Amino acid sequence: MRKILVTLLFLLFGTSAYADCNIKSGSINILANDFPALRTFVETSKQCKGSADFKVTHSSEHNKIAVPALTANPSEFSARIAANSSIVPLMNQDLIRPLDDLVKKYGKGIQDSQLITIDGKVMAVAFMANTQHLYYREDVLKDLGIDVPKTYEEVVAASEKIRASGKMQYPYAAAYKAGWNLAEEFVNMYIGHGGEFFKSGSAEPNVNNAKGVATLNMLKKLSELSNPDYLTHDSEAIKVEWESGNVALMTLWASRSGTLLDDEGDPNITKATKLTGPATVGGGNIPAATLWWDGFTLAKNRSDADAEATFRALAHAASNKKMVADAADQAVWLVEGFVPGPKSIGVIEAVKMGAKPYPMLPQMGLMHGALGSEIVEFLQGKESAEQALKDVEAAYTSKAKEQGFL
Amino acid sequence: MPNKTFFWFFLPTGLAMVLFIGLPIISTGVQSFYAQHDQVVKEVKKCDPFGCTVSIVVDNEETTKIREAKPLGKFNGFGTYVDRNHLATEEIKKFWNETETFGEFVDQVTNLPFYKALIFTLTYCIFVTPNVLLLGFIIALSLNAISRKIRGPLIFGTILPMIVTPLVGSLVLFWMIDSQGIIGANIQNLMNDPYLSLKSSKTLTWITIIIYGIWHHSPFAFVVFYAALQTVPQEPIEAAIIDGASRFQRIKHIVLPHIYPVVTFVALISLMDNFRVFEPIIGFSAEGSAQSLSWLIYDNLVNEEVILFGSAAATSMMTIIGIAILLAPVLVRTWKEFKTAR
Repeated sequence: MRKILVTLLFLLFGTSAYADCNIKSGSINILANDFPALRTFVETSKQCKGSADFKVTHSSEHNKIAVPALTANPSEFSARIAANSSIVPLMNQDLIRPLDDLVKKYGKGIQDSQLITIDGKVMAVAFMANTQHLYYREDVLKDLGIDVPKTYEEVVAASEKIRASGKMQYPYAAAYKAGWNLAEEFVNMYIGHGGEFFKSGSAEPNVNNAKGVATLNMLKKLSELSNPDYLTHDSEAIKVEWESGNVALMTLWASRSGTLLDDEGDPNITKATKLTGPATVGGGNIPAATLWWDGFTLAKNRSDADAEATFRALAHAASNKKMVADAADQAVWLVEGFVPGPKSIGVIEAVKMGAKPYPMLPQMGLMHGALGSEIVEFLQGKESAEQALKDVEAAYTSKAKEQGFL
Repeated sequence: MPNKTFFWFFLPTGLAMVLFIGLPIISTGVQSFYAQHDQVVKEVKKCDPFGCTVSIVVDNEETTKIREAKPLGKFNGFGTYVDRNHLATEEIKKFWNETETFGEFVDQVTNLPFYKALIFTLTYCIFVTPNVLLLGFIIALSLNAISRKIRGPLIFGTILPMIVTPLVGSLVLFWMIDSQGIIGANIQNLMNDPYLSLKSSKTLTWITIIIYGIWHHSPFAFVVFYAALQTVPQEPIEAAIIDGASRFQRIKHIVLPHIYPVVTFVALISLMDNFRVFEPIIGFSAEGSAQSLSWLIYDNLVNEEVILFGSAAATSMMTIIGIAILLAPVLVRTWKEFKTAR
């Protein structure tokens, strides 16, 4: 009897804690990347699903699924959590719908700054910001009397000093896995050098220049200070390296700070893990990092009823003050009511330093892909920087021709 | 079997083959001759939480109109086949005229993605196939010679590499050769070189993948050879023993000729399998050092946010042609034998 009472009470209070958005019908199916902040976001939106069907797919392979799944009619997903780069293929293929009407009708708590507008139409609603910035081990730097590095040149010097001291063999880490990750590091470093990826006003590539060479040389210097397996290391792998205490300086996504600083793992390492802004490079004043937003988009090939239900559920999360207060250390939320904590330093510093957003251009995905495979041989010491950049431009050009950009 | 019976017997299989293999290949072939329409782009204002910029987007209204008129895309003929990411005919001509030594020319050509992948694929085939045949045959012979009591468990143990999912098998080895894994760390100690990494060196990655390939494929050859060995007649072998033939002579003159057709079969199947090498590259995260033709197709389809159907289709067609060329000598030989047998 008591058990039943407790259960009843739990149910009563349990449900009353959920805000019900009064969604009567429709089905919601969300595709999202897989990291803690996005899980929190989707869970929050689930609280107000009402009587709608609710499904979610969290996958780090989301980029590979998105375009085919949204091309189908009706599409598999009613919503896709996208970022600056991944919204582009959806826009290119005309797979997402404008949200103006829905924002007007149901987007009460959403701030204007959260709206991603393209050609005057709201195409996505952003809810968090992200960037890659430096992490350092305070204890190691203090022991050796090294100041917190502000530039990549200082990162190299500091890493060399740590290696010379014999404390760590491979003191630096960044996600250099051949492919998307490595290309992302190039993009950051090239932007830090003030580079432009395309000749202005066209889709002609523009990376084979002095800035490109400087970028590659810096990546090579850093790779020599990293674990020799760096070409196979993604964000998750270097996080593990960090938690094993093998690394003292690292460039990693801000959204990963939560898992680095949680209670799991060696408490001494966690205590000594400190965050700072992204580094600059080559005497430049903007950081060698790109700013990212994560936001939701709605599939075009889905019924209006589903779109409405999905929007209402996601808008509930994208304007949820309780969520951003409870999960303040998981991300830098763009939602009203967010108070930045110590784990948001990276992104806030990046914005203050004037970091540029990742280029949202239709042909950028092709450039990113060409970079990811063509600069590997330079890092392995098999070809010159100029040759690698020439290869990047050539690989990009033939792909862009096939896609009709050139 | 009378032709009529054979026809009805084969019909369901034949239909399924046409439906699920023939038609997709034809459709892929057609696709490979088309490229995307010229993109219609327009300048628009884009605003996000970090500010507003003027930049370009694809003009969807215009694009939809063009696409509806010609859904397949822009006819490109062999354009995709000869571009830099495939056969690269123009680039090769240029290299031939510009380079001074033949070595330099080869360096330049092998730097092109298609040839890079082709060389890895062929190297893999050349090393893995004969070794698989040899190892499979040796294991089959040895197991055939030991006591029946322990044969069962041993056979099971031998075919384990084939049972293990390729991806899992390669991942296990991948972790073992990590610079902090059991094999990687020991090799570093042995060579006394803390910077030695099996994963970052191209040669070592190739060797690892080839060894993995042999390990993974040998059980298949073993199973088939072992079954074939059971059919070897005992009388000629006994006669040979009485005549004083050594073990090696018996195998060379009696066993091998007897199972020869099976050897051809295994060689064919492994060549085909090896030419399509793909899983180990993903399992070992070896994209940086080793790319195969299948990996190129995968890369065009999923690794980039923009899907390159034309490129992937062209590479697929060339893979099919490649397999046909590789198999041609064996097929011609089988055909000749078939005819003489009749």
